[in-house]
Amino acid sequence: MSFPAEAAEIAVLGAGPAGLAAAVTAASAGARVALIDAGTRVGGQFWRHREGDEGVGHHDWPTLVRLRAGLSRVDVRTRHAIWHVERADGGFTVHTDRGEIACRTVIVATGAYDRQVPFPGWTLPGVYTAGGVQALVKGHGVRAGDRVVVAGTGPFLLPVAAGLVDAGAEVAGVFEAGSPAGFARSPLAVLANAGKLAEGAGYLKTLLRQRVPYRTRTAVVAAHGTDEVESVTVASLDRQWRIVPGSERTVACDTVAVGYGFTPQLELPVQLGCETRLGADGSLVAVADDRQRATTAGVYLAGEVCGVGGSALSLVEGELAGLHAALTAVGAEPNRDTVARLLRQRKSLRAFANAMHAAHPVRPGWQTWVDSGTQICRCEEVSVGTVRSAVKDLGATDARTVKLLARPGMGLCQGRVCGYATACLVAAECGREPTAADLDGVAARPIAQPVTLGDLARG
Amino acid sequence: MSECVKFSFRGQEIVAEAGQSVGAALIAAGHRSWRTTRREGAPRGVFCGIGVCFDCLVVVNGKPGRRACLTEVLPGDVVEPQEGAGRGELSC
Ligand SMILES: Cc1cc2nc3c(=O)[nH]c(=O)nc-3n(C[C@H](O)[C@H](O)[C@H](O)COP(=O)(O)OP(=O)(O)OC[C@H]3O[C@@H](n4cnc5c(N)ncnc54)[C@H](O)[C@@H]3O)c2cc1C
Ligand code: FES
Repeated sequence: MSFPAEAAEIAVLGAGPAGLAAAVTAASAGARVALIDAGTRVGGQFWRHREGDEGVGHHDWPTLVRLRAGLSRVDVRTRHAIWHVERADGGFTVHTDRGEIACRTVIVATGAYDRQVPFPGWTLPGVYTAGGVQALVKGHGVRAGDRVVVAGTGPFLLPVAAGLVDAGAEVAGVFEAGSPAGFARSPLAVLANAGKLAEGAGYLKTLLRQRVPYRTRTAVVAAHGTDEVESVTVASLDRQWRIVPGSERTVACDTVAVGYGFTPQLELPVQLGCETRLGADGSLVAVADDRQRATTAGVYLAGEVCGVGGSALSLVEGELAGLHAALTAVGAEPNRDTVARLLRQRKSLRAFANAMHAAHPVRPGWQTWVDSGTQICRCEEVSVGTVRSAVKDLGATDARTVKLLARPGMGLCQGRVCGYATACLVAAECGREPTAADLDGVAARPIAQPVTLGDLARG
Repeated sequence: MSECVKFSFRGQEIVAEAGQSVGAALIAAGHRSWRTTRREGAPRGVFCGIGVCFDCLVVVNGKPGRRACLTEVLPGDVVEPQEGAGRGELSC
């Protein structure tokens, strides 16, 4: 076997809650671990922070402090963007923009990014993803605007709105397209995770104190302005998310933060041939077993790549992945009680996440908000009308063919932003529900991160 | 808490906090857009804020195609707006 002696036994890809937990756990079990992340600091999206920021406004900060202390035995490579992972003799080669890292086993923990659906005006400057607004506040101490509308679906809208209030912005309203009362349908899953509810209640308290309007079954259905956003149209939605006629009203704002859940970042698992499936929230997720093993030998998965479920679940999955990867890599037997406890926690947190997703589905009615001129693909400036005509006039029956005919998803972002919406739109035009195959068709990217040609030439 | 970093944008001096991204510093200074799209010439700035969407492309010290949301601002940087995708040397 030609596995190089100096290489890592385990490479952990991504240093968010999942990757950090995996790396620290595997290193404690005696494995030689490399932890690789494109960012300047470890912490991922949940603990995104600046130099000198020691936890103000962060949740569960002591956990990050503990995990960071555990990194003393880990080879930490921040500022390394991974663009490809390939199988090599006896293991894998991880290609980054700063060189290669050989390893025997990989743990993919690359997290997720905001999921979007288009609406007229969503390309105007001043319209941001909800996560982007959160990243500006947490990572850079910058509030995206002065008078902000927060919209979309899912509990993530609450910390975004509360974070803006704390940063001194006026939040003109939080418009939740779903009806979270649906949560009551899963009382057991909810009761078992009371801490999450307390966190949500804390955000609601902040919003109430500032008299921020919180409306459910309501969405931002258009943004207006010439060079920047100046106002939005807000409307009530029926059960399918069609606009209730006559319910439209205008809200003045300089900024919109919008997010319809998250999309797992699956370039690397897909490159490695890992099986994917449709997750509880309708996003494509990678399949992991009780040991966090992917369907590809030598590959483990942790955190939101296995389905969006929040930082606590990411931490549990990271620990499970670290324990089992260490068993494979260096034969360290995990403690059975620990594994049993982690599996119980995983089950409970996953049930909570599924209840949350069930309460916040993205309904197809958003497709009635857009007109044929609304851009669906921001990079290639492809309109909804062009995508629809690729189905109607050119006979395409899946998103991959539409991509080839009409170019949505062919620009620099490679469909990361428009892939989900395009798959849903094409499926609807074909008169069916979107499937895992539809999403798979827009998820395959040979290069996970764009790199310079020089990096490519170096291999 | 943090040190200041001075850089220029369209020839004007902007003061940022050390460690901020070019995009965050521009937004803090009141700029919302600094790129025009290839086909329609429409204005764009930060959208995703985490390196996913490529809406925020900017020219930094003569190099086009930098993602403003990921590029840390350094003292003396010369930042200019970008026209089009500026694929330049980027491959994807
Ligand atoms: C912008 C944004 C902000 C969020 N803010 C919050 C919040 O404030 N509160 C909250 O409860 N939840 C937040 N979330 C949800 C959050 O994703 C999860 O709760 C949690 O962070 C997931 O943990 P993770 O370890 O699976 O992934 P992440 O925390 O997303 O970590 C993944 C890591 O992988 C790295 N990575 C990915 N691809 C590559 C690559 N190709 N090369 C190198 N590195 C790579 C990333 O830089 C990142 O550090 C946010 C999500 C997003 C997208
Ligand atoms: S804002 Fe999306 S890549 Fe910079």
